[in-house]
Amino acid sequence: MSSRHLAVFLWYHPWRATSAMFGFLYRRLLYMIPTVFLISVVTFVIIQLPPGDYLDTLAAELSDSGGLDEGTMQALRDQYGLGQPMYVQYLKWMSQILFHGNFGISFEKNIPVNDIIWDKLGWTFAISLMTLLFIWMTALPIGIYSAVRKYSAGDYIATFFGFIGLAVPNFLLALVMMYVAFKYFGQSVGGLVSPQYLGEPWTFDKFLDLLAHIWMPIVVVGTSGAAALIRIMRANLLDELYRPYVVTARAKGMSEFQLLLKYPVRVALNPFVSTIGWILPTLVSGEIIVAVVMNLPTTGPLLLRALLVQDMYLAGSLILLVSILTVIGTLVSDLLLAWIDPRIRYQ
Amino acid sequence: MTVETTLGPSGTEEEHTPELLGPWALMWRKFRRHRVAYVSLWITGLIYFMALFGDFLAPEKVDETNRRGIFVPPQGIHFLVTDEDGSRSFQLHAKALKMQVDRATMRRSYVQDPDKIIPLGFFVEGYSYEILGLIPSKTHFFGPKNPRDIVYFLGSDRLGRDILSRIIIGTKISMSIGLVGIVVSLVIGVSLGGLSGYYGGWVDTLIQRLVEFLRSIPTIPLWMGLAAAIPLGWPPLYTYFVVTIIVSMIGWTSLAREVRGKFLSLRNEDFITAARLDGLTDWEVIRKHMVPSFSSHIIASLTLAVPLMILAETSLSFLGIGLQPPIVSWGTLLKEAQNIRSIIEAPWLLIAPGTMIVIAVLALNFLGDGLRDAADPHAH
Amino acid sequence: MPQIRMHTEPDQTSHTVQPLVEIRGLKTHFFTDDGVVKAVEGVDLDIHANRTHCILGESGCGKSIMARSILRIVDAPGKIVEGSIIYRPGDGRSVDLAKMRPGSRDLREIRGQDIAMIFQEPMSSLGPITKVGKQIVETIHLHRRVSKAEAKEQAIELLDKVGIPRPSERFEAYPFELSGGMRQRAMIAMALSCRPRLLIADEPTTALDVTTQAQILDLIAELKEELEMGVLLITHDLGVVAEVAEDVSVTYMGKVVEKGDVFSIFEDPRHPYTQALMQSVPKLGMEKRHRLPAIKGMVPHPLARPSGCAFRTRCSQAMAGVCDKDEPGLLKSGKTDVACFLYQEETASV
Ligand SMILES: Nc1ncnc2c1ncn2[C@@H]1O[C@H](COP(=O)(O)OP(=O)(O)OP(=O)(O)O)[C@@H](O)[C@H]1O
Ligand code: SF4
Ligand SMILES: [Mg+2]
Repeated sequence: MSSRHLAVFLWYHPWRATSAMFGFLYRRLLYMIPTVFLISVVTFVIIQLPPGDYLDTLAAELSDSGGLDEGTMQALRDQYGLGQPMYVQYLKWMSQILFHGNFGISFEKNIPVNDIIWDKLGWTFAISLMTLLFIWMTALPIGIYSAVRKYSAGDYIATFFGFIGLAVPNFLLALVMMYVAFKYFGQSVGGLVSPQYLGEPWTFDKFLDLLAHIWMPIVVVGTSGAAALIRIMRANLLDELYRPYVVTARAKGMSEFQLLLKYPVRVALNPFVSTIGWILPTLVSGEIIVAVVMNLPTTGPLLLRALLVQDMYLAGSLILLVSILTVIGTLVSDLLLAWIDPRIRYQ
Repeated sequence: MTVETTLGPSGTEEEHTPELLGPWALMWRKFRRHRVAYVSLWITGLIYFMALFGDFLAPEKVDETNRRGIFVPPQGIHFLVTDEDGSRSFQLHAKALKMQVDRATMRRSYVQDPDKIIPLGFFVEGYSYEILGLIPSKTHFFGPKNPRDIVYFLGSDRLGRDILSRIIIGTKISMSIGLVGIVVSLVIGVSLGGLSGYYGGWVDTLIQRLVEFLRSIPTIPLWMGLAAAIPLGWPPLYTYFVVTIIVSMIGWTSLAREVRGKFLSLRNEDFITAARLDGLTDWEVIRKHMVPSFSSHIIASLTLAVPLMILAETSLSFLGIGLQPPIVSWGTLLKEAQNIRSIIEAPWLLIAPGTMIVIAVLALNFLGDGLRDAADPHAH
Repeated sequence: MPQIRMHTEPDQTSHTVQPLVEIRGLKTHFFTDDGVVKAVEGVDLDIHANRTHCILGESGCGKSIMARSILRIVDAPGKIVEGSIIYRPGDGRSVDLAKMRPGSRDLREIRGQDIAMIFQEPMSSLGPITKVGKQIVETIHLHRRVSKAEAKEQAIELLDKVGIPRPSERFEAYPFELSGGMRQRAMIAMALSCRPRLLIADEPTTALDVTTQAQILDLIAELKEELEMGVLLITHDLGVVAEVAEDVSVTYMGKVVEKGDVFSIFEDPRHPYTQALMQSVPKLGMEKRHRLPAIKGMVPHPLARPSGCAFRTRCSQAMAGVCDKDEPGLLKSGKTDVACFLYQEETASV
């Protein structure tokens, strides 16, 4: 078999799809390394911006309640390289994270960062992902409807709400919804569960209570994204609806609904899926703000507090992890996209 | 003879004899047909007028506190007064309020004083200020005729300050942050995007990676970090400037992408090649030939970036890490409505500035959309 | 089936075979914001089984819209406003396609099964992200109750039949992996998957290079013979007409101006428009293909349709006071039917 034949054989072999997928995955993973590195540098620079040595602040605070002895101070100083040049500090911080999984300690709370961040991060991402689902579940059908029934009353209503959704800032919407919920439905607002369930073990009732609360942040965080996606879906689909292949499908005898879903919607779905690339970062951002307003047990309030009191390692770890998790989420979306659209994995 | 034509009122005549309109005139004509965008242009203009002539429009001084007017609900404007003999006459006025304190609950409430009205009028005398910072004046567009009366058209806050006046004065900061932010984005976006698209190669790769990087991370935590690093003791002007720069970080990436795309497609156009062959330098080619051919697009994307920046400023100030209280902006106003208890006691603290933000952002969005459609020769 | 008019034809004693599709007085108009575009303005056409009928005409004269009207796939704001399209499924019945509801089940059953269509753009006429094989299988499943495996087998057979090498591998290919010619072959395979009785081909070779053009035309001609189907071929290209047509209709601004069998049209074109078209094609059966020669003047704007004979603005023999007054009807003259006052003594003498 000549090499040309071999190439042709490989090209048309059924498992070429899988191998192309792996090549794609591999390339994307390679891209991630410089991105993550940059994130860690930027984060470190930002948390270093305010002047002062945090260990001094800590020592000053703790001196009231017994204080830190010189030995501990020195040990901590060595561990984080405080007072040393910035790059040394950065390297120490990173090596602690990379080799020991140690994100440092929270100065304010005086406990390891590891002990407080993970469940908050979990909630932030749980809410962001649920919001993503919510956005897709609303934007997809509404966008399709708007495109297919262009200039109908429904289309105008969707467009109008789309613009409103884009124009109302997250936190404002959160405040308005909390106000309405409290005033007209008497619902307890803020938090993810009612006060009586706080600190309780998970039960079915607590889960139901969670559902009764969690929809509000999801809707609030998701509204602007949904508005944007409705417009994107509508525009994409309008681009596709009048393409020749749609006429072909119609001429084959497919029903309108069938051909709509099988052809133009599938094609229009690609730019739609690729929106995860930018929508996940904005959702995480939105979640952080809304969490502050609604007092959710997620990263938002923790990060804000850490930044305000300059609790550097806590703030740094939160920014770092939120960013990295977002990048991973984006990677997943890219893979999903490559899976849906064959054109992408062969480029 | 029946000529079988179906010319519409606008007719196809125009198409047969194309008028020689410049690109800007064409764009303007297209834009005006977009009715919502056209109305939005007027609203935007009005808002910027408000930013420029805030003191003239505001009935009260922004920081004037009033212990007898805490959390006053919005007061209505009435038109007719009834004399003792029962005849009615036209007189703009508001009803005076009396504060009552429930001793048991310590709650304030206000009741209308039926005997006392506050006459209102246009171009009334009030606090003194300088028009555009130059011409001293005491005239205010609308308000109580007696300078000592206070009417809260949109209610008052916890210190008895007039919300309406604060919104009007806050317009200056909120809207200008968008504008200044745009200038910064424009400079960064156009130069980086232009470099990227004009030279291509590794410059392009590097800048594209940077843009991708900035777009792939959640920016709010980063801005929060940056904003929180602003020392609290800084003078307001510094804070304002830094917040503007942070806010402008949002806009430039998409602008850079757009400019790059335009440069890439223009690079191989005949007229650019011709200009190069004429011996123009790169810079001259860019300035004389490339920038004019896509400036309308840039204006449209800039317009669409302004509302994003306004929203960003509002969000940061609301969280307490952007502009700080002596500065009046829509964001700092909303900070007063931060917890649900104050909203329930005085919903106007939320509703009035909130509505203003939504109107401004909507108008700018529609305006930008209309401009983009008008600038796009292929739009349907 | 309430919305379809079906009636049994009276026993035909005439010696001529009934046409497969009989179009009478068809008018398809576009109701645009600027006015009504009369894309098809009174067309009569007969398409016979086992014959190739070519529609010839300049760009924009309504050929595609007429073809699409048959399948009722004219996009909004286009609408059939008048006329009938009688289709005879071959069991003695006849249906008027023009009266059917565009999305109705009965019409959908005719599409793809009785009447199939292939288009000019092989690049964009196949769904871009669906495997070619799947698109064919899908068509088979729409009209035939067969198992998945059977449908796949049939599809591969079809791909083989239209001359695609290694059909079972191509079955798994995406359209972007195929060349233009291969895609058009795949389109034909898809169109033929349910053995249609009429194949409408709207400029199937315009976007292809010359060699591929010839191959595709040969393929269509071969398959026509094999399946005994009628073919309605739309083209700009006189060479194509000369090569494959049996019947020819020449169209101008939404009307048929001359029609007849291919020999008569080429030997003795009557209509000034046809004559102008023919000028640079000396003989029938020439190997070389010719694009339509440029005719002086431009096709008028579709909204500014000239009164009377639509061609009069470009006709060298136009008669003032006659041609701008009434529209000439299609009448027998010589061996062809012509719509021109030059051949209509009674009108011309008025
Ligand atoms: N969607 C539409 N809206 C308005 N007018 C249309 C539309 N589609 C087609 N037309 C008009 O119908 C007329 C006929 O178009 P058609 O596509 O049938 O031409 P054609 O003869 O097939 O030309 P070509 O050889 O270029 O394919 C044209 O004048 C065109 O302007
Ligand atoms: S009818 Fe008159 S204008 Fe029309 S083709 Fe014949 S001669 Fe020419
Ligand atoms: Mg056509």
